[in-house]
Amino acid sequence: MTTLTDPPQESFRLSMLLNDTRYRSYTFQFIALICLVGFIGWLVSNAAQNLEDLGQDISYQFLGESSGYDINQRPIAYDSQSTHMRAAIVGVLNTLIVAVLGCVTATILGVVAGVLRLSNNWIVSKLMAVYVEAFRNVPVLIWILIIFFIMTASLPGPSAFRGDDPSASMVLDAFAFTNRGVYVPKPLWLDGSMIVVITFLLSIVAMFAYRRYATKLLFDTGRLLPMFWPSVGILFLPTLIMFFLLGRPIGLEYPELRGFNFQGGIQVRGSLIALWFALAIYTGAFIAENVRAGIQAISKGQTEAAASLGLRPNRIMNLVILPQALRVIIPPLISQYLNLTKNSSLAIAVGYMDVTGTLGGITLNQTGRAIEAILLLMLFYLTISLAISAVMNVYNNAVKLKER
Amino acid sequence: MSDKPAHNVAFVRETTLPPSPPPVAETGAIKWMRENLFSSAFNSIMTILGVLAVYQILSLALPWLLNGVWNASSIRDCREILDGATGGCFAVLTERWHQLVFGRYPQDSYWRPTLAFLLMFAAFAPVLFSNLPKKMLIFTGLYPFIAYYLVWGGSVLVPILSLVGFAVGYVVYTRLVDRSFATGFFGGVAAAIAVWYIGGFIINEDSTFLALEQVESRDIGGFMLNLILGVVCLSVSLPLGIVLALGRQSRMPIIKWICVVFIEFIRGVPLITLLFVANVVLAYFLPPGTNFDLILRVMIMITMFAAAYIAEVIRGGLAALPRGQYEAGDSLGLDYSQSMRLIILPQALKISIPGIVNVAVGLFKDTTLVSVISMFDLVGMVRGPILASTDWNGVYWELFGFAALLFFVFCYGISQYSQWLERQLQTDHR
Repeated sequence: MTTLTDPPQESFRLSMLLNDTRYRSYTFQFIALICLVGFIGWLVSNAAQNLEDLGQDISYQFLGESSGYDINQRPIAYDSQSTHMRAAIVGVLNTLIVAVLGCVTATILGVVAGVLRLSNNWIVSKLMAVYVEAFRNVPVLIWILIIFFIMTASLPGPSAFRGDDPSASMVLDAFAFTNRGVYVPKPLWLDGSMIVVITFLLSIVAMFAYRRYATKLLFDTGRLLPMFWPSVGILFLPTLIMFFLLGRPIGLEYPELRGFNFQGGIQVRGSLIALWFALAIYTGAFIAENVRAGIQAISKGQTEAAASLGLRPNRIMNLVILPQALRVIIPPLISQYLNLTKNSSLAIAVGYMDVTGTLGGITLNQTGRAIEAILLLMLFYLTISLAISAVMNVYNNAVKLKER
Repeated sequence: MSDKPAHNVAFVRETTLPPSPPPVAETGAIKWMRENLFSSAFNSIMTILGVLAVYQILSLALPWLLNGVWNASSIRDCREILDGATGGCFAVLTERWHQLVFGRYPQDSYWRPTLAFLLMFAAFAPVLFSNLPKKMLIFTGLYPFIAYYLVWGGSVLVPILSLVGFAVGYVVYTRLVDRSFATGFFGGVAAAIAVWYIGGFIINEDSTFLALEQVESRDIGGFMLNLILGVVCLSVSLPLGIVLALGRQSRMPIIKWICVVFIEFIRGVPLITLLFVANVVLAYFLPPGTNFDLILRVMIMITMFAAAYIAEVIRGGLAALPRGQYEAGDSLGLDYSQSMRLIILPQALKISIPGIVNVAVGLFKDTTLVSVISMFDLVGMVRGPILASTDWNGVYWELFGFAALLFFVFCYGISQYSQWLERQLQTDHR
């Protein structure tokens, strides 16, 4: 009988770096690291050489200098004397405004279209299929430009609203659609308005407390309290009562035609509307597909099982299908939000001053600080994406199927 | 009761009745309408609303389409011909189609990109449809060089030499790959570079041999530019994406982190910022004095962008494979490159097809973004030279409608192909 023994311990030889799997990975990583460092070094030395030849340097001094250009949509105080830093912040806020508006609208559109596409009404489901395919297969830039040209070229100018027999008129006396943008009423916050707002916030809390209590009662005793109407009541009644008790502290300022233009109200520019609607409709088409896929992913047996337990169709949807479908729908939904935010950088095509338009556009062109400006721009988008992916990971871990 | 003789019963039917037709409401079109359009009050309302919406859209679009003017020299002519009636001014398409499709490409050479476009179908056919003869793949291999020669022109020696370089590299690779994959790969690369280096001298000697008229990259535009960018960037980014995906799955921490950082960085920033990099920043990072085409810089950036997305799709495919497949490869005694090439990737790529097609469609649509950095692709042509000209200032719907239609045809075609391919590749039993 031969006995198996460990082979004698080999001493380390240089060829083992290539032929022994234990060491080979170190060799590869070492080579990769050298290549990477060499490549970065090459880029940096090139950049240093080029900058020296051009007499430039890398510095962020320009952020403190006065910008000298105007931005037409200002969420915070800004004028042409403000710094480039402030211009960038205005741009960031504008990006966030259009991203939030777009995400909310896209979700509504997408969920409605996705559910309707599954409807057994032939004409409705076909219409929704046409919507989804038409918008998914055409670049969003084209949609942004189309809506922008509708807003600027097809709508009447403010002068069309003037005179005894105007060719255009305001909708409900409150909304004016002009080629300079849409004018909407602006809320006026008078004395006591804070109390109304606080009441509203409290009633939101109260509504959730009521729903929690009702669910707990259901689980503990089996008694079913009505859910929908009490919720609506708790949400709106106290606020309305408070609003009228305090003598309507929140008013509306309507836009009015004065001179050559509309005064008062809020002016929503055509560029914002084009970007907002195009992004919302485009992303909505993708969300519709996600919603449809999520609902179809739940097997029919679930619906049948719920029905055989005696649940009504409404409850089947709310208690059985949706909780499972959401697990499938939400991760792609969040990545669609991310896409929408990144696509909002197309603002530069219609002159909406988002962060790409201020920091990556006018600031870059005025100061010539290309490397610095683009680096900051990328950093901003990177921060947003990484933040959203972090949120998504937390969510995914929370709803992950817990199997043993 | 049953004992009673039969003759006491008043009437007994002796033959079977033929089946009577179903009620009118349960057959044909009426049944279909009842089930699909008017099954409930809510559904009926939706149907009526849907019909109204369709009617609204058609009543606006049909007169505009049917009453369109196809022959006019400017928008004023169009308005004169229409004389107040509704109608599109499609004359802009008939007059400016060459700009929309070819950009500023020399007019007498339109046959070159057209031929390259037609040959593209022959080149892609064996890749897309696996039942075609495998010999056709040879043409697919030759196609990039033919297409480059046709579109950009110049001496025929340039594409031939680069082809020779690839061929020599491939021969060296097949010789050495038996020893190990790495030896073969790096040997092949070294041989190819040597051939190109020597070939450079030959081209400098005689650069007019069988030369087609050289076309500057900045003259390439219109829809052709979108197609070129889409096809080139996608073809290059596919292998790059596979390498990145494998790198991200690797057990070697440094390689893994290089890939992770690259992928997450590219996916985290919008394509526009990368195009800005191509336009204004990239030149800083190249050796002083180098100056290459904007179109090439843009291609590099879009390729990196697409590669990062494709890598994530393929990573999903790799993760979806059961561990047993990896272990099977190991237990057969295959090394890493063999088990990847022969066992893992064929399956992982099959799973990833829908995702890859999504990326492809998205990438093709994203090629329109180059208009933002003032390249004249289809959208750039519409926004720039055509809408800015005094003749056609104000023809929005016709131009953007045409652009949207072109993209729709291509993107919808690609997605239909991918659905067909998924059905073809379905090997599981159901």
